[in-house]
Amino acid sequence: MNDLTPRDPRDRLAEAIPKLRAFAISLARDVSAADDLVQDTILKAWSNMDKFDPATNLDAWLFTILRNTFYSSLRKTRREVQDSDGVHAARLSVKPAHDGTLALKEFHRAFDQLSPEHREVLILVGASGFSCEEAAGMMGVAIGTVKSRASRARKRLTEMLHLSDGEDLFSGSDGATQAVVLRSAATGT
Amino acid sequence: MTKEKGEDGANRRAIREQIDENLKRVYRDSLSEELPDRFRDLLAQLKARDDTSQGGTGQGGAG
Repeated sequence: MNDLTPRDPRDRLAEAIPKLRAFAISLARDVSAADDLVQDTILKAWSNMDKFDPATNLDAWLFTILRNTFYSSLRKTRREVQDSDGVHAARLSVKPAHDGTLALKEFHRAFDQLSPEHREVLILVGASGFSCEEAAGMMGVAIGTVKSRASRARKRLTEMLHLSDGEDLFSGSDGATQAVVLRSAATGT
Repeated sequence: MTKEKGEDGANRRAIREQIDENLKRVYRDSLSEELPDRFRDLLAQLKARDDTSQGGTGQGGAG
């Protein structure tokens, strides 16, 4: 009954770390910033573990701590917007576009240009398999807000990738596009 | 307003599927990145600290 009681949530932290880190990378777009975020999250989770309800989802609880930490530090530091290629495009291998599949590099680039709120909602409900209800709890907003934000984020990606019409956004006008995106990121919209 | 809804909707669904497929791939790629040792070390440190501060019979009186 000593060290190996499997139900202690502290012992489940280790296996949650890869997911936490993937979420952190999606939010922070910078691996070392993401790692700092994960470290802060682990420390906070560890010292607040008595507030965790074991009947609830540990991942959701940890993700909530992480995103709250991220947004409060974002408010404090007001970090400069990174280059348009961003962390995903720079670090991860690029696979060729198969028929009907977007070029991954272009997708990474567009994804990196989304606001953190849009990246967050898309990762939570589109990729990591949380329900809209769970995401709403984590984000501290209504379910309807999650749905409309996810839909706006998808629309934004669609526009950036020019999926709705035949134009090839990325072949010619990178500079102009980037300037527009940076401007809108700077004003926080 | 005057768009043909059926074709438009199917197209939109296809786009959405592509986007979600790519989102999953972005997330999977991040998931499969190798974890730095610092997290394992951190957890080990936290655990060691708790074990020390609780002193001996950790199960006892919860504090």
